[in-house]
Amino acid sequence: MSGKIQNQRAWLLVLPVVALVAFNAVIPLMTVVNYSVQETFGDNLFFFEGLKWFEQILHSERFHDALQRQLLFTGIILAIEVPLGVGIALAMPRKGVWVSVCLVLMAMPLLIPWNVVGAMWNIFALPDIGLLGKTLNSMGIDYNFTRQPVAAWVTLIAMDVWHWTSLVVLLAYAGLSAIPDAYYQAARIDGASSWAVFRYIQLPKLKRVLTIAVLLRFMDSFNIYTEPFVLTGGGPGNATTLLSIDLVKIALGQFDLGPAAAMSLIYFLIILLLSWVFYAAMTRGEDS
Amino acid sequence: MQSASRIRFKWLVPTLYVIFLMLPIYWLLNMSFKTTNEILGGFSLYPQSFTFENYRTIFTDPTWYNGYINSLIYVCLNTVISVAVALPAAYAFSRYRFLGDKHLFFWLLTNRMAPAAVFALPFFQLYSAIGLFDTHLAVALAHCLFNIPLAVWILEGFMSGVPKELDETAFIDGYGFWRFFVKIFLPTIAAGIGVAAFFCFMFSWVELLLAKTLTSVAAKPIAATMTRTASTSGYELGLLAAAGALTIVPGALVIFFVRNYIAKGFALGRV
Repeated sequence: MSGKIQNQRAWLLVLPVVALVAFNAVIPLMTVVNYSVQETFGDNLFFFEGLKWFEQILHSERFHDALQRQLLFTGIILAIEVPLGVGIALAMPRKGVWVSVCLVLMAMPLLIPWNVVGAMWNIFALPDIGLLGKTLNSMGIDYNFTRQPVAAWVTLIAMDVWHWTSLVVLLAYAGLSAIPDAYYQAARIDGASSWAVFRYIQLPKLKRVLTIAVLLRFMDSFNIYTEPFVLTGGGPGNATTLLSIDLVKIALGQFDLGPAAAMSLIYFLIILLLSWVFYAAMTRGEDS
Repeated sequence: MQSASRIRFKWLVPTLYVIFLMLPIYWLLNMSFKTTNEILGGFSLYPQSFTFENYRTIFTDPTWYNGYINSLIYVCLNTVISVAVALPAAYAFSRYRFLGDKHLFFWLLTNRMAPAAVFALPFFQLYSAIGLFDTHLAVALAHCLFNIPLAVWILEGFMSGVPKELDETAFIDGYGFWRFFVKIFLPTIAAGIGVAAFFCFMFSWVELLLAKTLTSVAAKPIAATMTRTASTSGYELGLLAAAGALTIVPGALVIFFVRNYIAKGFALGRV
């Protein structure tokens, strides 16, 4: 940070970015704020309502349930994807043609449109014609994700692990390849066990990329909409209705703009707050 | 010496993982080569009566193949816009200190956190109001919301890796700022530009909610064509599977070209 030159004209270089992002972020956000304090009966008639919608949302059981499901979902997929991704990255070859083969194949799920991911897992898990569903059922396990909430959750989590673990692998792999060979040689001379190498050499070096991985996975899993919508539609019942799905149901399904807008703002603030907590916790003790 | 056996079986972990990744994709391909009757008729691990009919339908019916063209147009447009405006901004963040720089950087990143579901309706109203509804440009601009912050983040990381002496020498040699930037600096960080473009392409290609909200006919993305076909003309699973399989192709091509740089992309960025 020290070598940078003080130069206010740098603002000119940033201006196009600020203009474009502000156009896309500030105007819609103001629209949302505007709706969140008003009541409408159609015909573009609006009445000021103050904080009524915010109080209603914060006290509604429906929001609490959706938030709990969301936290549970994000917690589970972080607990699976981060250790699994690091484990796979550690086991990957360091050089040779297999590195490219692995990276290309592993990156594939990341580039499939999200609704196709949902549709793909839908036909993969269908109990009568899907490979997964049929196999489980012929093994004697009663599995039907369109009827059983537990099966729906397992399928949803398997889908997310399938979809996003590769991101953690790519990041962790990049972090690992940045460790100089000299570190490993020194460890070998000291006779360090492979656990010690991981704990005292690899893990500290991975801290930075893991911060990015956890943050990205946290944000994106909290925003997840398309994949569960296509896979389960939020069902059975409301079993897999995560925050985004509930929000779209209220906003576009019931066209309750006020409550939907208030919920959007609360939702966004939760993400901001938790991201900041994650970031602060993971970079604690690091001097900037 | 106990680790010798561990090393010998190490390759099993990535191999099993790749097999897990490929299973649903295989199943999609399997379905795409079957007729809808065969899919609904029973369970089989490979197509009994192999058919290209589904793919033929997609390549001959304009409502299908236009979806791919529309998607590709707005994705490429978005990638170009995002990278072009992110380049000077990333340079400013990596080289200069200016009033509010850290806050600005964080504010940009918060837009990466905004749930698309929150913005769907306001975006529809905004782009209808300025007359861009149902154009490729509308989707390309809307996707800038999350792609520009990402591009700035990645490019800033790459640029910070370039020693400042390069800039200083060029300025002493009498280069003007823009001539230096285009002729000397951009070629130096070509790999970073490739990585940033890759991630912009990726996130614009996979996003559906906003793309679907901002289009109706003229710029309808392939993913929306798929969902609407599913609801109107019954449940043509074979056709949907073929359309889904084809959406994997552009991504797979792009990955292949940047395979040596993907892993670097995020690692060099900073939070």
